[in-house]
Amino acid sequence: MTLKRATKRRLRDGAAYVALLAVIAIVVLTADRESISKNFLDWDTWKSLWPDIVLTAAKNTVKYTLISFAGGILLALVLALMRLSPLRLYRWLATGYIEFFRGLPALVVIIFMSFGVPLAFGWRPPGGLIGGGLLALIMVSGAYMAETLRAGIQAVPKGQREAAQSLGMGGFWTMVTVVLPQAIRIVIPPLTNEFILLVKDTSLLAFVGMQYNEVELTSFGQQNLISSADASPLLAVALVYLVISIPASQLVAFLERRQQKVAR
Amino acid sequence: MSTSQMTTPAIQVSDLHKYFGENEVLKGIDFHVDQSQVVCVIGPSGSGKSTLLRCVNRLEEPTSGKILVEGIDITDPETDLDAVRARIGMVFQQFNLFPHMSVLKNLCVAQQRVKKRSKDEAVEIARRNLAKVGLADRENSYPAQLSGGQQQRVAIARALSMNPDMMLFDEPTSALDPELVGDVLAVMRDLASEGMTMMVVTHEMGFAREVGDKLVFMDGGVIVEEGDPRQVLGDPQHHRTQAFLSKVL
Repeated sequence: MTLKRATKRRLRDGAAYVALLAVIAIVVLTADRESISKNFLDWDTWKSLWPDIVLTAAKNTVKYTLISFAGGILLALVLALMRLSPLRLYRWLATGYIEFFRGLPALVVIIFMSFGVPLAFGWRPPGGLIGGGLLALIMVSGAYMAETLRAGIQAVPKGQREAAQSLGMGGFWTMVTVVLPQAIRIVIPPLTNEFILLVKDTSLLAFVGMQYNEVELTSFGQQNLISSADASPLLAVALVYLVISIPASQLVAFLERRQQKVAR
Repeated sequence: MSTSQMTTPAIQVSDLHKYFGENEVLKGIDFHVDQSQVVCVIGPSGSGKSTLLRCVNRLEEPTSGKILVEGIDITDPETDLDAVRARIGMVFQQFNLFPHMSVLKNLCVAQQRVKKRSKDEAVEIARRNLAKVGLADRENSYPAQLSGGQQQRVAIARALSMNPDMMLFDEPTSALDPELVGDVLAVMRDLASEGMTMMVVTHEMGFAREVGDKLVFMDGGVIVEEGDPRQVLGDPQHHRTQAFLSKVL
């Protein structure tokens, strides 16, 4: 029996939907609904999280993200310029730094900066354990963003630099007024991606332990997990992360669309 | 006419060699541009004419030889290159306007940063030069909103706003649609009639003939023939010049 091409396609699509519904049905039917509602949707626990989950935890997550991002981008700029320097020593130093910190898990760097450095050097980063952790996030995100920025700087057409130089603008003003503004525009979408990664990486700070007014979302969830003896705080925290990161990734998509338009 | 201004050539190039890796693109160039002279450089692509022009403000690093700009040796590492460049206007084939700045800002940024002019002064000079190239009404436009011919005229106005002593043109009309070439050439003709010293790498033989004081024909990294444009174009002496002109005229 021969079927028409369109009929075949309709059958195939229909089968896919049926399979998906079957999977959902199995999950719903086999789930222990009573246990779920007790462990994740305990109303009293949810109520007890309010308003600290927003006013303290979410606020601190955003604050730590902004600090790490701002510090990271400054560090990245220095590293990117060093990588593009005519001086070989600078290039080597920057390359070594970037490879080193991209090769380490962020959590290892956080532990090292919060606990290792005070032990080894007797120097405590400002802000205590959290300060050390933030410094670590700056160091790691700086390494990643340095490569992004370098690519952006190199994507600015050579003629732009030549035009600025031919007007007598030295290296500094050429970079500041002509190259960097164009490079930043090019790297806004990938940098926003880095930003979203940082939102989630601040959860690693939970490892160093913090006082109640310092908690970010993950450590807030952890602490409440212990006191409430059910998992509702984790679900709540997960939702707040999504509330922060999904609009940010929508922003990336918007910026990318806009950039494609501008690029002609 | 015995001032030192008239005796020092604007540009004096002697025994200039330039290698790109193993490839020798300039094989010993001797050449000069006098004050207020318009010198056009022609030749097939790959002849080294753009490289020669770009060596004059050291966008290309000469491998050996001497380049004097108004008597100042620009190959000397002690020379303040930015100060020399500020006195040499340069116009590129691809315009190279700054796309993130308005037309007015394009004309002002170097005036303020390099010449240390006040904003008001820079704007006044910029407006005067925009009027000169016929684009006084476009100061708030962005480069992407302008046609190629308009962009190139803005680029000329940008270079003029630095009050340069001379202008270098690197195939200024080669990237333009044919109907836009005339406006740019007209601006260049006006400049020449005002006595601007100009070195122009071009394929516009008509412009070279009418406006040029001297024509230089380059091929294979050497100057094959140079002289009065009407003479060189009308009665070329060297067989390579003849071969080239028979193809383009």
